[in-house]
Amino acid sequence: MAKIIVVTSGKGGVGKTTTSASFATGLALRGHKTVVIDFDVGLRNLDLIMGCERRVVYDFVNVINNEATINQALIKDKHCENLYVLPASQTRDKDALHKEGVARVLDELRQSFDFIVCDSPAGIERGAMMAMYFADEALVVTNPEVSSVRDSDRILGILASKSRRAEQAEEPVKEHLVLSRYAPERVERGDMLSVDDVMEILAIPLLGVIPESPSVLQSSNSGVPVILDEASDAGGAYGDLVARFLGEQRPHRFLSVEKKGFFKRLFGN
Amino acid sequence: MGLFDYFRSKRQSSTAAVAKERLQIIVAHERGSGRRHSPDYIPALKRELLDVVRKYVQVEQDQIKVHVDREGDYEVLELNIILPDDDGPPKGRAPAPTRG
Repeated sequence: MAKIIVVTSGKGGVGKTTTSASFATGLALRGHKTVVIDFDVGLRNLDLIMGCERRVVYDFVNVINNEATINQALIKDKHCENLYVLPASQTRDKDALHKEGVARVLDELRQSFDFIVCDSPAGIERGAMMAMYFADEALVVTNPEVSSVRDSDRILGILASKSRRAEQAEEPVKEHLVLSRYAPERVERGDMLSVDDVMEILAIPLLGVIPESPSVLQSSNSGVPVILDEASDAGGAYGDLVARFLGEQRPHRFLSVEKKGFFKRLFGN
Repeated sequence: MGLFDYFRSKRQSSTAAVAKERLQIIVAHERGSGRRHSPDYIPALKRELLDVVRKYVQVEQDQIKVHVDREGDYEVLELNIILPDDDGPPKGRAPAPTRG
C-alpha cells in the first residue's frame, strides 16, 4: 500500500519544494517507486527544482479533468530510475483542485507507487488543504524563526483536525519536523532559535536539520535536487533525513559550529 | 575582540531567548482554540457554572477555570474554582471526569 506524505509549512519560502524534491529523490534512490506531485496550482515550481520544466505537457489538473491520462502527465525523472513528477497547472486557478478529483488521482497512483509525496503550496487555502487532506504522514518544514514556527503550529492544528484521518477518526497523521536553513553559529551567538527550542514549542519528533547552505541555491539554479550533491552539507543532511524516514538510525549532523582548521582560519572558506 | 564580545553577550539577553518566550505564549494562546481543540461549549459551560456557584458563594469571573484534557482515548473535563478566603475552606477543587 502506497504511503502519502505531505510536505507542508504554512509559511512560504521555508524550503517546502526543495525538501519535496530532495526527499522524493532520496526515496527513489533507495529503490522505492516514488511520485512527487506539485499542488501549487497557478504557481508551479517543482518542475524547475527537479529540472524537468521543459518536458511538461500535461499537468495534475488535466488529469483531474480527464483531459489526459495519468501516464501522459507523469514525467520520468532524468536523474533517477524510480522517480516521477506530476506538475501543477500553471494556468488554472486553485479551485481546479477538488476532493473527488484529487482522491481519484491519488487512488490511481497508489496502484503503482510506494510513496506519493505531495508538495504543498504556502498558506492554508484550497491547494494546501488538498495536499494535506489525504496524507498518512507529514513533513513540517520549519525555519528557526518566529513566523515560521507559529505557522507550523497552525498547520499541525489543521492536520490534527481537518485531515481525512482526523475526519474519519483513524490514527492521526504522523508528523515529522524538518528544520531548515539552520545556522549553528547564529544559534551559538543567541541570534537564532535552537533545534531544542523549536522542538520544545512544536512538540513533534525531529526528522532532520538542514543547514543553511549555498549548495541549495546552486542546486536549484541547475535544476538538480540538492540531495544529489552528496558532498555538500545540505545534500548530506537530506540523505540522512531520508534514511531516518525509512527507519535507519543516524545521528544529527550540522548542529554545531564546525571547528575551523588552521588553514581554513588562515585562508577563509 | 573575543574578550569584548564575551562581556557584551553577558549583558544583553539573547534575541533567540526572547523569540522563544514570545512563541511559547502566542502558540499556547492559539492552541486554546485550534490544536488539541477544546470543544466550543466551554465558554457557555463556564458561564453557566459560574452562575450556579454564585447562587451560594460570591466568586469572581476569573476564579473559575475549565480545562479539557485528552489522556489516551478518553477526555477529562477539569474544573477549578477558587473560593474566596473568608467563606469556608480557602480552596475548592472539583475535577470531574466526563465522557468516555
